[in-house]
Amino acid sequence: MKKKQLSILNGRLIDPANGIDQVIDIHIDKGRILAVGKAPEGFDAPSLNARGQLVCPGLIDLCAHLREPGAEHKATIASETAAAASAGITTIVCPPNTAPIIDTPAVAGQIKNKAKKAGFCRLLPQGARTRGLEGQQLSEMASLKAAGCITVSNGYNPLANSLVQRRTLEYAATFGLLTMIRPEDRYLANQGCAHEGRVADRLGLPGIPHAAETVAVANYLALVEQTGARVHFQTLSTDRAARMLGRAQYDKQPVTADVAIHQLFLTELDIEEFDSNTHVHPPLRTTSDRDGLRRAIREGIITAICSDHQPHEADAKAAPFPDTEPGISGLETLLPLTLKLVQEGAIDLSSAIARLTCGPADILGLPQGRLGLGAPADICIIDPDAIWTLNASQMLSQGINTPFDGWELQGRVNHTLLQGRIVYSRVKS
Amino acid sequence: MSQASQNLQLDKQGRLLHFLTIDGLQREMLTEILDTAEGFTGVSERTVKKVPLCRGKIVANLFFETSTRTRTTFELAAKRLSADVLNLNISASATSKGETLLDTLRNLEAMHVDMFVVRHASSGTAHFIAQHADPGVGVMNAGDGRHAHPTQAMLDMFTIRRHKGDFVGLRVAIVGDILHSRVARSQILALNTLGVTEVRVIAPQTLLPADARSLGVHVYHDLDEGIRDVDVIIMLRLQKERMRGALLPSEHEYFRLFGLTEERLAKADSGAIVMHPGPINRGVEMDSQVADGSKSVILQQVSYGIAVRMAVISMVIGSQNLQLQG
Repeated sequence: MKKKQLSILNGRLIDPANGIDQVIDIHIDKGRILAVGKAPEGFDAPSLNARGQLVCPGLIDLCAHLREPGAEHKATIASETAAAASAGITTIVCPPNTAPIIDTPAVAGQIKNKAKKAGFCRLLPQGARTRGLEGQQLSEMASLKAAGCITVSNGYNPLANSLVQRRTLEYAATFGLLTMIRPEDRYLANQGCAHEGRVADRLGLPGIPHAAETVAVANYLALVEQTGARVHFQTLSTDRAARMLGRAQYDKQPVTADVAIHQLFLTELDIEEFDSNTHVHPPLRTTSDRDGLRRAIREGIITAICSDHQPHEADAKAAPFPDTEPGISGLETLLPLTLKLVQEGAIDLSSAIARLTCGPADILGLPQGRLGLGAPADICIIDPDAIWTLNASQMLSQGINTPFDGWELQGRVNHTLLQGRIVYSRVKS
Repeated sequence: MSQASQNLQLDKQGRLLHFLTIDGLQREMLTEILDTAEGFTGVSERTVKKVPLCRGKIVANLFFETSTRTRTTFELAAKRLSADVLNLNISASATSKGETLLDTLRNLEAMHVDMFVVRHASSGTAHFIAQHADPGVGVMNAGDGRHAHPTQAMLDMFTIRRHKGDFVGLRVAIVGDILHSRVARSQILALNTLGVTEVRVIAPQTLLPADARSLGVHVYHDLDEGIRDVDVIIMLRLQKERMRGALLPSEHEYFRLFGLTEERLAKADSGAIVMHPGPINRGVEMDSQVADGSKSVILQQVSYGIAVRMAVISMVIGSQNLQLQG
């Protein structure tokens, strides 16, 4: 029996990238998949019995704010990566809006080191597109790439100047960096805090129109056509933007997108009595937007679902709705809510798992998100029958701000493996 | 949504615990407020302008936004009910020292305040305070952001009922900045609940909510057309800052298109009344002949404000007393 070897037996392997959905064993050696099916001759490793459980690639989350450095009172890399591991997530892209901002190799390196030390999760720091996220000067993208950034973004600070937009796309493309964009026209958003529609009308909340998103998407689609640079849109919230994306993909433009899981369940109606846990950015939209986004997920126009994890301290949410900080602590609901989509018949299981694994992996160009021979053994083992009720106060994330408190969910992670090493176990085996 | 707001404002017997919004209140409740206010109108004319209904109670005025009319009429109303009144000028004290709203609330609760009268620039503040206040503490919404100003709406209803007798059959036009107006939102809800025939809003598209019709109104962009045959005209205050942010070109053009003049007023019903929540910008929303004319009931609105606020304060304190006994 050698170290770093493991067999996972009798589980139902769901590996959408390789078209596999069957009960089959997998064998791990030195952090990689050694064999699927029969163990190689003489392979004698400890085993984990996964009978009745789903065995999937570890989940890849394209957007989770871990708050460190700069806002450790909200969360830390150690606290959030532990929460991620408990939720089956093995790779996280963390946006550059930390303090200091990820616009130097030093900050990127520091974040990677902290994650390595914590040991729960692979962290991919996202570099700033512009220095200080100020939207004026290019960041030192080549250096950021050397420090481990494979994507750049300007976080929540949309670039107002179209020329800077174009040049950052071209400069990033020079180094093969993927530009990720939260599409928003800040003038149209006009410091709103809710979808501009019936609910905001009634509650007197400053509105953010659909056009705040679609204008920005249209703008970038034109720049993609001009420059040929690859662009990924983050956290789409409107049906219209998803349709625009579908058309651009039909025209063979190199554009992809993700959606935050809460946008597939909640709508403006959930704001109800000014519930600050439903204050998110982009805002919760209409039921037809939610249905349109579900359709785009099903049809594969949107190929990734992310948590858009934003943990907060209690004070950040204890104020009148417009004065609260937007965001949901979402790591621990990413998988169970995605499985709920399957239970509701919105998508089939294999496609749902794909949107959390090979979908985001392909966007990033990563070898993870699949479990073929030689692939990194990042694995998530799920009990698909476990029915449980979310209790926010028992979440592992330091932020317990979630509108899903009290929801009944089905499907829960039992084990998470990072490079063949068990980093989380719900049950002792 | 309405169901939930009902729960927060009302106890299980349907009595008023807070007064946060008109949304979710039944016609009977609004009528009860108006009837109760009717009973208080005499108090102001007596030599001893006080009734002992709220003796020993403490009402705290928490105004995070400046106000003259609303704050003073709330203060007078509480005092005429024999309550003790604390006036806290919050914008100048606590928040500027970084204290959170919740901290301010907790500190005042430690002083055993029975009721908060709250005005704040953010929509939802009164709900927030009602959700976090100790049980047994009432919250009066004196205006929150663009959301609601229910006592203003009720004093407007009181004024309309005094002049028109009943709501059934009335056509009411609200003119001006509907988008940013908490007064208009509350008025529209109250008018529709009380059963008027028609509520019209008259404004350029830049001053209307995205889906104004969903509020239960007919939309007009032309003042002459919109006020034809109406019984009540409510003019809204135009904030000067609307000229910035490309909502309106100038006061001059606004007055030319949406300002009320004697000539235009003639198009309304001959018995029409003109209202305004104040303070008026003369020559912007209306000219002086209209503001001071025979159809204007603007000053009566102010004095009715005291009786209406006495009514809701006494109803909330009354529910508190019943809860204590129960």
